[in-house]
Amino acid sequence: MSKRTDSNSYTMTFAVIMVLVVGSMLAFLASSLKPNIDENKRIEKQQNILYALGVNENDATSAKFVSTDVAGTAFSKYITKQIEVQGGNEIENIDAYLIDVKKEQTSAKQGKQRRLPLFVGKNKDGVTLYVAPIRGKGLWDAIWGYVAMDANMIVQGAYFDHKGETPGLGANIKQRYFMDDFIGEHLMSDAGVFKGIRVAKGNNDPKNEEKTDYEVDAIAGATITGDGVSAMIKSDLKLYVPYFKSLKK
Amino acid sequence: MGLLSKKDAALITDPLADNNPITIQVLGICSALAITAELKASIVMAVSVLFVLGLGNVVISLMRNIIPSKIRIIVQLIVVATLVIIVDLVLKAFAYELSKTLSVFVGLIITNCIIMGRFEAFALGNGPWKSFLDGVGNSVGYGVILIIVGFFRELLGAGTLLGYPVLGNPIPGELSGLYAYGYENNGFMLLSPMALIVVGIIIWIQRSRNTALIEEN
Repeated sequence: MSKRTDSNSYTMTFAVIMVLVVGSMLAFLASSLKPNIDENKRIEKQQNILYALGVNENDATSAKFVSTDVAGTAFSKYITKQIEVQGGNEIENIDAYLIDVKKEQTSAKQGKQRRLPLFVGKNKDGVTLYVAPIRGKGLWDAIWGYVAMDANMIVQGAYFDHKGETPGLGANIKQRYFMDDFIGEHLMSDAGVFKGIRVAKGNNDPKNEEKTDYEVDAIAGATITGDGVSAMIKSDLKLYVPYFKSLKK
Repeated sequence: MGLLSKKDAALITDPLADNNPITIQVLGICSALAITAELKASIVMAVSVLFVLGLGNVVISLMRNIIPSKIRIIVQLIVVATLVIIVDLVLKAFAYELSKTLSVFVGLIITNCIIMGRFEAFALGNGPWKSFLDGVGNSVGYGVILIIVGFFRELLGAGTLLGYPVLGNPIPGELSGLYAYGYENNGFMLLSPMALIVVGIIIWIQRSRNTALIEEN
């Protein structure tokens, strides 16, 4: 005895109809929501850059962005200049924050010129800082961030985010205590050699009082994510060294 | 009296204890190990599964008479994935902050065996209302275990609950609370194997309280 739903033709028809219905429904939804989603992502970028610059609404322990409705005005207020860096030179580009770091990394791999966006701004105390985007790999997926530096490449603020690191472990790179550890750390030695900042286990300086050891304390259970942070700082910020050296001339 | 008949009520209450999806049916173990390092993630996951399983069970139950049995697993998978993607897209467009918190869980929900397990074992053979109750009951039973495990792992592993330090300050030189007496966090609690051990302890306690649950050899 066989049911109507067991026949091959029924199965095939069902599969085709289901795929068509579900596929077109999702495609319609995705394309009709795309403008909203893109706008949210654009505002988020502005919030991230402002966060690194120290323009945020942090309370005692947790990290909070400026709210979405004021992000645009705050961005134009605090970011004085957006540039693309080429060696020691700069080209002004008012939409540099929309440059997709992921795409630039790919085109650099293909031997093309990588565009390096840099955001020059003033923090709440009026100090001029330079915010650079970085991007790399964590344990499961992409990790990225924004690092604010002064003209001597001393970190003044950092924001990290991730696509899918483990909650409670690698995902903690976006926690205040981890991001704040970077503040004050030197990226370059006094002799002008770029060192980067390593997320180090077995650090002898858990309170992070020494700012010239090029190390911050790692998160327990998040070794690979931490290594990813070290790697993206090293590879991406290094590209800005010629520009920072040209500032001193 | 009441909204639910005795049989219907049992659909909700059974999975909370004697037919718990994690400790008795051994479904949803993977996500119970993966995301219980902190309490907040456990709660978010529990709520997400409640939503997806409740709704998914109803959809599958409504379709139960037209789904070809040869491809039913794929059909179930498509239903879960579609639901999760719709929720993800809508959140991304209208509640961006919330969607970032949930993004990690999207993949985990789709592949969560508790969802496929309930579709297969219950929704394919029962009506929508019963299936909805079954979905709610099982996801609450799942959530309870997740929250218990998350509570102990975050408390003993990081000394915090929902991110708030409850045991004092562990930084050397600024010790306070329990840490001032030489207490230290157990970093091992944050790793997945300890989730398995905590679940094991829950299973042990549950079966020693109700010996009828012990399987015969």
